[in-house]
Amino acid sequence: MDTELRVARGMRFGAWYVAEYRIRQMTKWLGAIITVSFGNPIIYLLAIGIGVGSLVDANTGGEGVNGVSYITFLAPALLATAAIQAAMDETSFPTLEGFVWDKSFFGMNSTQLTGGQIVDGIMIAAFVRAFLTSATYLIVLWAFGAISLSAMPLLFVVASFAGMAFGALMLAATSFVKEDDGFFAIVARFVVAPMFLFSGTFYPLEQMPIFLQWIGWISPLWHSTNFARAISFGLEVPGWLMIVHVAFLAVSLVAGVLIARRQFISRLLK
Amino acid sequence: MIVAKGLRKTYGEFVAVDGIDFQVKQGEAFGLLGPNGAGKSTTMRMIASTSMRSAGELEILGKDPNTHGPEIRAHLGVVPQQDNLDRELKVWENLYIYGRYFGLGRKFMKNKIEELIEFAQLEEKRNAKTEDLSGGMKRRLTIARALVNEPDILMLDEPTTGLDPQARHVLWDRLFRLKEQGVTLVITTHYMDEAEQLCDRLVVMDKGRIMAEGSPAELIKQYSSKEVLEVRFGSSQNQEAAKQIEGLGDRTEVLPDRILIYSENGEKILEKIVKLGLSPITSLVRRSSLEDVFLRLTGRSLVD
Repeated sequence: MDTELRVARGMRFGAWYVAEYRIRQMTKWLGAIITVSFGNPIIYLLAIGIGVGSLVDANTGGEGVNGVSYITFLAPALLATAAIQAAMDETSFPTLEGFVWDKSFFGMNSTQLTGGQIVDGIMIAAFVRAFLTSATYLIVLWAFGAISLSAMPLLFVVASFAGMAFGALMLAATSFVKEDDGFFAIVARFVVAPMFLFSGTFYPLEQMPIFLQWIGWISPLWHSTNFARAISFGLEVPGWLMIVHVAFLAVSLVAGVLIARRQFISRLLK
Repeated sequence: MIVAKGLRKTYGEFVAVDGIDFQVKQGEAFGLLGPNGAGKSTTMRMIASTSMRSAGELEILGKDPNTHGPEIRAHLGVVPQQDNLDRELKVWENLYIYGRYFGLGRKFMKNKIEELIEFAQLEEKRNAKTEDLSGGMKRRLTIARALVNEPDILMLDEPTTGLDPQARHVLWDRLFRLKEQGVTLVITTHYMDEAEQLCDRLVVMDKGRIMAEGSPAELIKQYSSKEVLEVRFGSSQNQEAAKQIEGLGDRTEVLPDRILIYSENGEKILEKIVKLGLSPITSLVRRSSLEDVFLRLTGRSLVD
């Protein structure tokens, strides 16, 4: 092959080669990934959607929450959570692995790949993962009658977008971690758990005391969940708020990627 | 291929490389020799275009690594001090993925993988996970991986550190083959024998500076004598004996455990020592090595 041509091609498509590598690694865990993708929604829908849901529906005199049955109310939140979790898996652990555990990023960086391309490649792989997870989740939700077929495409876009936004923030945060002294435990307990519990996941955000509502306002999960509810069962959300939801996710995504690119480059070229 | 002038690297107050000059020509095996912390690896990283220099000039393959890093790296093969293979991928997958990073096509890689597996003598481990390989095998795979893009310069940072003698010899044999094929090699090492075996020309580094430069034979000729006599009197009597021996040879080095006497003929010096009425516990006459050059230049031995 012509060398100059090869070099030019490598420089142009670097991010895709990184993504190809990440996806190849994912295939090593394909069984586990598929099991979790189907198992997780089924467990949640059975335990909370149906279990808690029957209690809620019985006590609201058939009105449900936001005017729909509890499982319908819950479904968009679970979907967004799953996409976020999937993207997080792809951006957090692999990043620490690449910088600290097996130092594979340094190996990549000694080829023509740049730190920026590595970030982009990880994001592409995270998208693939969020995409697959959202797709399986949607199928299960539909099978449970929690969403309509016509809402599926848009819900799919919102969920993947939410995953990418949170994934980008995680990637940026992890790129500063020097070693794993409990970083992931802290993130799981003090970021992911409160986000899951206080983002209007199980009940409308407005039902919480005002001094706790801010958690929802800064949480990609609430912004995506609220948006998804508008799509799924026509929750009334003012137009300006819909714009805020999209803008919040877009800013998270862009800021996360830009910070991560910068930090990757400076960490790899010290 | 490589031109460095006044090359310098600092990390805050710490000066890792303190203004060095050197050149590497095509097809040459060039060595950076020195103890840990001499600045060898930092120099290597600057050549590999993965570390920005703080001052001075550096040109690799006619380009400036600070502005053309990716273009230069496209033509380099890098073997880092610490293997950074992907532990979960198989041997062949590690080669494949690395080739893809360089933008190499799938078809090209298919043949290349088999060629490199043969070169690394890993035919039987083709489908093994990398984490199941021995240290020597991992090292050979890392070298094979660095050859995937048919590099103009192959850079090896401490290629045999931590390997057993047999694995080292297998590795040297592979590197010799590359040298015969005309690949330009840049090697860092703190092993004398390795530098003598592999390098056409080398620089001796200490504390970020270059102490001497030349071929192994030239350096030995310039900074040492033909032969060295090593005598031991036991740690308590070394100092005492050294006073009497002083002046018998061209030069004497007193180490904690032994005395080195440099001369053209070691046996003759030993005879003189015996005539003085001294009886060393052990004595050994050997040829001068780069170790002696280093001792002379820095007053310290290379492997602490």
